[in-house]
Amino acid sequence: MLKIDHLSASYKTIDGNIHVVKDCNFEIRDNEIFGIAGESGCGKSTLLKTLYDIIEFPLEIDEGKVILSGTKNGQDFRFESGEIRKSWWNQISYVPQAAQSVLNPIVRLKDQFLDSIPKESKEETPQQTLARVAKYMEGLNLSPDVLDAYPFQLSGGMRQRAVIALATFMSPNVVLADEPTTALDVVVQRGILMMLMDLQKQFKNTLVIVSHDMGVHYQITDRMGIMYSGSFVELGPTEDIFEDPIHPYTKMLIGALPRVGDKSQKVGIPGRPPALKNPPPGCRFAARCPKATDKCRQDPAPEFREIRPGRFAACHYLEPEVN
Amino acid sequence: MAEKLLEINHVSKEFRIGGMLSRKKILATDDVSLSIDAGKPVILSIVGESGCGKSTLCKMILRLYVADKGKITLLGHDYADKKSYDPHQFRLDVQPIFQNPFETFSMRKTVDTYLYNTALRLGICKTRAEADKLIDETLHNVGMSLQVVKGKYMTQFSGGELQRISIARALLTRPKLIIADEPVAAIDASMKMNIVNLFKDLKEQYQVSFIYITHDLSTAYYVSDYIATLYRGGLIEYGPAKELMDEPAHPYTELLMSAVPRVGDKWKENTAMPDMENKEFALTCCKFAPRCPYATDECRKDRPAETDLGNERMVRCFHPLVKKT
Repeated sequence: MLKIDHLSASYKTIDGNIHVVKDCNFEIRDNEIFGIAGESGCGKSTLLKTLYDIIEFPLEIDEGKVILSGTKNGQDFRFESGEIRKSWWNQISYVPQAAQSVLNPIVRLKDQFLDSIPKESKEETPQQTLARVAKYMEGLNLSPDVLDAYPFQLSGGMRQRAVIALATFMSPNVVLADEPTTALDVVVQRGILMMLMDLQKQFKNTLVIVSHDMGVHYQITDRMGIMYSGSFVELGPTEDIFEDPIHPYTKMLIGALPRVGDKSQKVGIPGRPPALKNPPPGCRFAARCPKATDKCRQDPAPEFREIRPGRFAACHYLEPEVN
Repeated sequence: MAEKLLEINHVSKEFRIGGMLSRKKILATDDVSLSIDAGKPVILSIVGESGCGKSTLCKMILRLYVADKGKITLLGHDYADKKSYDPHQFRLDVQPIFQNPFETFSMRKTVDTYLYNTALRLGICKTRAEADKLIDETLHNVGMSLQVVKGKYMTQFSGGELQRISIARALLTRPKLIIADEPVAAIDASMKMNIVNLFKDLKEQYQVSFIYITHDLSTAYYVSDYIATLYRGGLIEYGPAKELMDEPAHPYTELLMSAVPRVGDKWKENTAMPDMENKEFALTCCKFAPRCPYATDECRKDRPAETDLGNERMVRCFHPLVKKT
């Protein structure tokens, strides 16, 4: 389980701090596909970096922490921000953005696999390790011949699959995927999303997907969170969010989605997200929100709280419903 | 027959890649025929996977590439006919909008330079004051104003705003045809629809036709009047947007439609998704045959001819999924 406890992170620059992740407080459960949606520049990728603990200058955590806990091979583990690095590959793994380009183009794939996969025992030869990898890849409908190829010989979709195979080979408890299908064609995209879903079913682990494509979230995630300007505005089961969004931003966003088979007039959201350097006080969506009042613009940002069982939102005008 | 704004007749374009020894030929556009009627503005979407020749076709229409075979005619002027080619008039008639608004504009110039350059150098306006008026009016039509744009640099705008400015720049010349190559691919979901709606409004207001190139089928469905599907350089299906997408006649269009991650319709699990192969470019039979679930021996031997399905629809398939009406 990943617990994100009042996490804030910012980039330190000469002009001041850029608060990219602001007071995120939620949980990602075991055995689920969790989606994070949002516009570009809303902090999706930075949040994922803090989850994976790639905190390098200028990124810094200001407040809060991430706790990774669970059981692997009968042993309980618990890591906090700062120690998550120790669990890389074994308990948590990461498929970075544009994963097609993370492989070294002039090193054969098998050598790159050997670099990252530890030996099972001291006596194991590289050939034996590769045999294990080949067997695993066959299970994913990937030809083991791919291992002998150089990355530049493979298509984008094939490279993406190979990177996913590498990330999931050690059957980690949590797999983080940052925009796994951006820059791929719809047909290839579908193949890769299906592969990720099958892997999740097989290992019963947690898969976190960041994507700006709401269609992708609808198709594969169980629960999703919607980010706006650094913090979550709504979180809940995916189908409920699409059927009945409660936050004004989510409502407008889902209303603006073009759908095949629907030619009715759609309108986008006017305006643009606020600059993160000097964000306005109060709710960050207030400037674009049709329902905003002075309270939204002046009071401190609304609290992210449970409005209905399992559904969270951050808005002054949403009162928790008492059952 | 009505006069054609643009007529593309059996156009092919071949690229040679590789060095001396490993020379290969890729038929990027293979015998494509399309046309747009003059008089009635339409939005024609060209859809397909990456590498299917969408952009090559576009660049040939923009005269950036010369077609190897076939001919392209704009308002009766053949592209190959050097005598009737008037570069100035051509630039007034056809304007492009590019994919990534952040790369369209230079970081070092103010954004309004581009607008003034288009207005003054193409001779649409004689004086700066005239240009001011025209630019302001056009910017208003895309939801911005000269006051906001003047003296600002590219970094001071969001992607959506920059794309509006590119559209305004293209509109300055009062073109008859705008080629939009993936205009909303780099724009966020919340602002995408504003741009797409703009195309619909401008089509009526300026009587301008659009060629809208995209891989995003949901916006294509929303905005376009006609859709053309390309596969491996060849045009495989053409028809009115709604009919084509609701009832695809070509197995590839069907595959494409089923792969779109739609909201409100979950995928059935585990449909086999064959991967693309490079050698398909060289096939002399139906290029889709190796991946097609309905392929027969006939498909693996011959190239299907264009079949007219009636109702303005055309398909290149031996076994179309829709019967002729």
